[in-house]
Amino acid sequence: MSRIGVIGRRLYRGEVDIDFVGRYKLWSAVSGLLLVISIVGLVFQGLNLGVEFKGGSVFSFDKPRASTIETVRSTVEEAGAHQVSVQEAGNRWRVTTQSLAASQVTTVQNAISKEFGIAGNQVSKQIIGPTWGGEVLKKAVIGLIVFMIAIILYLTMAFEWKMALAAVVALFHDLVITAGIYAWSGFEVTPATMLGFLTILGYSLYDAVVVFDMIKEVTAKLGTTSKMTYTQAANNALNHTLIRSLNTSLVAILPVAAILFIGTTLFGAGTLKDLSLALFVGMIVGTYSSLCVATPLLVNLKEREPKYMAIAKRLASNKGGSPQDAPPAGKGKEPAAAATSTGPAASQNGSVSPQKRKKR
Amino acid sequence: MLLALLALILAMGGVMLLQKSFVPKFGLDLAGGTTVTLSPVTQSGATPSQESLDLAVNIIRERVNGSGISDAEVAKAGDNIVISVPGAGQEEVVKLVGTTAELRFRQVLAVAPANATPGALPTAPATPAPSGSGAPQPSTTAKPSSTAKPAPSGTPAGRALSSALTNPTPAPSASATGQGDKKDDKKGSGKDEGKATPTPSGSAAPSAPPTEDPFAGVDLTGVDPVVAEQFKKLDCTKKDRGQGIQDEPDKQLAACSDDGVAKYVLDKAAVKGTEVAGANSGVDSTTGEWIVQVNFKSAGASQFAKITGQITSAPQPRNQLAMVLDGVVISAPVIEEPIPGGQARISGSFTQKTADDLANQLKYGALPLKFVQSSIEEVSSTLGADQLRGGLLAGGIGLILVVLYSLLYYRGLGLVAVASLAVATILTYQAVVLLGHNANFRLSLPHIIGLIVSIGITADSFIVYFERMRDEMKEGRRSLRVAVEVAWVRARRTILIADAVMFIAAVVLYFLAVGGVAGFAFAMGLTTLIDIAVVFLFTKPFVALLARLSFFAKGHKLSGLDAERMGRDAPVARTTVSQEG
Repeated sequence: MSRIGVIGRRLYRGEVDIDFVGRYKLWSAVSGLLLVISIVGLVFQGLNLGVEFKGGSVFSFDKPRASTIETVRSTVEEAGAHQVSVQEAGNRWRVTTQSLAASQVTTVQNAISKEFGIAGNQVSKQIIGPTWGGEVLKKAVIGLIVFMIAIILYLTMAFEWKMALAAVVALFHDLVITAGIYAWSGFEVTPATMLGFLTILGYSLYDAVVVFDMIKEVTAKLGTTSKMTYTQAANNALNHTLIRSLNTSLVAILPVAAILFIGTTLFGAGTLKDLSLALFVGMIVGTYSSLCVATPLLVNLKEREPKYMAIAKRLASNKGGSPQDAPPAGKGKEPAAAATSTGPAASQNGSVSPQKRKKR
Repeated sequence: MLLALLALILAMGGVMLLQKSFVPKFGLDLAGGTTVTLSPVTQSGATPSQESLDLAVNIIRERVNGSGISDAEVAKAGDNIVISVPGAGQEEVVKLVGTTAELRFRQVLAVAPANATPGALPTAPATPAPSGSGAPQPSTTAKPSSTAKPAPSGTPAGRALSSALTNPTPAPSASATGQGDKKDDKKGSGKDEGKATPTPSGSAAPSAPPTEDPFAGVDLTGVDPVVAEQFKKLDCTKKDRGQGIQDEPDKQLAACSDDGVAKYVLDKAAVKGTEVAGANSGVDSTTGEWIVQVNFKSAGASQFAKITGQITSAPQPRNQLAMVLDGVVISAPVIEEPIPGGQARISGSFTQKTADDLANQLKYGALPLKFVQSSIEEVSSTLGADQLRGGLLAGGIGLILVVLYSLLYYRGLGLVAVASLAVATILTYQAVVLLGHNANFRLSLPHIIGLIVSIGITADSFIVYFERMRDEMKEGRRSLRVAVEVAWVRARRTILIADAVMFIAAVVLYFLAVGGVAGFAFAMGLTTLIDIAVVFLFTKPFVALLARLSFFAKGHKLSGLDAERMGRDAPVARTTVSQEG
């Protein structure tokens, strides 16, 4: 009988009415705060770039009989080196770590010679440059810019420029916050992380597109005599796709979360952690932003259009209430819903559906 | 629909069977590879500058990742360059990156627009300036040619060249070896090859009717049939235009221009790059345009004088001397007059940058330094078996969670979801295997994670569809069969728009990024296409099929479409309550 149980059941049936758009001030505050924290982190803390970007140290030594990738890795890690990657090269071990200071290099060399009984001078070391140099990054950035332009053009064609703008703003929001989490947590940024970012990019847009498609469908019927403002219609559309958004996110996040939590706590996998953390954070932020950033922004843009201003004005004067309020309670279509509902939620839901139905 | 999908799966399976390839190829982190260490050699024995090393790293990285879907690593290690290529025993690649490309001067024997492949339509050679030295505008004499060219595109046949000339050996020009004064301003700058083009001297033209064969008019006399065949098949539109082809000096060569506009048949090397003493760019004091000046060593000087003398009077395009670097023609100026004295000047519409580039290329070959291989090693994967196992296990657990959730939430429809995911998995696996075998696509751990994540995207497509169906059902007026169709029409649009976004992302990143990013983008584009295929060819028809079963149509409790779940009828409330209690 818990309240959560009730909410859960209503969620299941799609009988939810959360005023996403109306609480845009709350969302803006949350997002603004997150953005500021992220940017502060990026500026002052900086990102912890991996070997691929900054270069690193390479140790190599003859393979003792009793050694495996795992033992070599743990030896070097215990000596205080991060970003350890171990390879067999012929009958030698080749260990790449982050860029180490001279004293740390000695520590690692000692640790290896002690653990595997190799003379210290038999452990050779080398400084290695980045494999992901400026050129690669530059090209990736150019790729991103071109992609943004292409997406704005495409969404402008498929929807309209205001939706394109809102979607891209939400995308930036997601990327900055994800990057901020990296800055503050000190997790290493590797090429795998970059790939995670790119995935988020696609995912965040994908989510926004599905939501916008519904908003477009619902608001297309708003005319001068309509009983809903653009804000209300958009909010209904959001609630309508809420189940889908949550389900999709859950399905996408489940494997990522499994990799992140099970994979890295049990096995301590480097690449896996880099990639899955970026994805995990990015997906959550992405879902949040398509609901609470992209849509309110879009609504703000749209409510300035004379057509929608007129509707809002008329409705406001008719009812003397705020346009944010739910439209007149429709007849609860579903007795079941009415039975379990605790507020105006079900009634609002009832009023949306007929609206939708008129379309066909 | 379902049959089409079945045919697709079987066809791909058949190809796999034919090619005997059942396992995907893995990348560096999963399968290990070959590591080559290159050490720079300077003539003075001095340490090379860091700038030139950086430049070399970039050039090598582009060479190695030329195909775009395998990700090799290239890094500077002290003064050395370390290259790691996925896969063991990559002799070919090692050779490719290990040799410093050398410049060769070769006489042009034939030219064709790059897109002229056998069987192309007569109108195919639409490329504007395929004739003569058309492609390398910057490096040769661009002044008159670009404008004066009388639409060579329409008449590839007309560009026939003297079949009378066989090999350049006859040395038609008397003044060939005339060693002029050294200061003579040699004109590497060609004349208007546009004028030369439409006058097919010789008998080749008449015998070459303007057929569909764009090579009809190209005179291949004296060309090694093997090379001629290569020439015809050469595809210059690929990202990798053959950079790094072993450029053997004593053999004829078919090569593309470096901008991919034209392709050439080239004679044996007349002068080797080692004979180039130096090259620099500068501004001509009289005309004020950027030029490139090349100086030859003594043997090179006489070779250069000889070849320029021989070909000056040859008909177009055999009066062009191509400079070939790393398997591509970087410039092919028309030689106006013999150039004795070991100094040549190349002019054309250079900018400072293009002039500098050409001078550097002439000086260093493609790489700013000469390298020797100091070691080649096979390396194991960077990931331990433990990490791989951990990743796969965790991914597997994640998948099971997805399956459980789908079944719990969507009940009967969940089965459709799970089946769709299974089909998507089969298709993806097949595609990855085939691409690995035929295009050297290598899976790395990030790719695998990317594929697992794409499950979310694939799942989204049918979640969108299912939710639409539930919407329809909730309204309660439709039979399931109608709902399935109506919901599909609406879901389809959403799915296509959303997938288009993913696909645009993939395409842009694939073409603009390099190495790992390009590979990842490739995997992303692939899964997007598979998603569309699965939803259209499997999920929808499958749901339509199921809708005929009474289990679903009547809204059985476990079907995921029952009245209770839809919250439609009175009994719902009761059951709900009892569930609560």
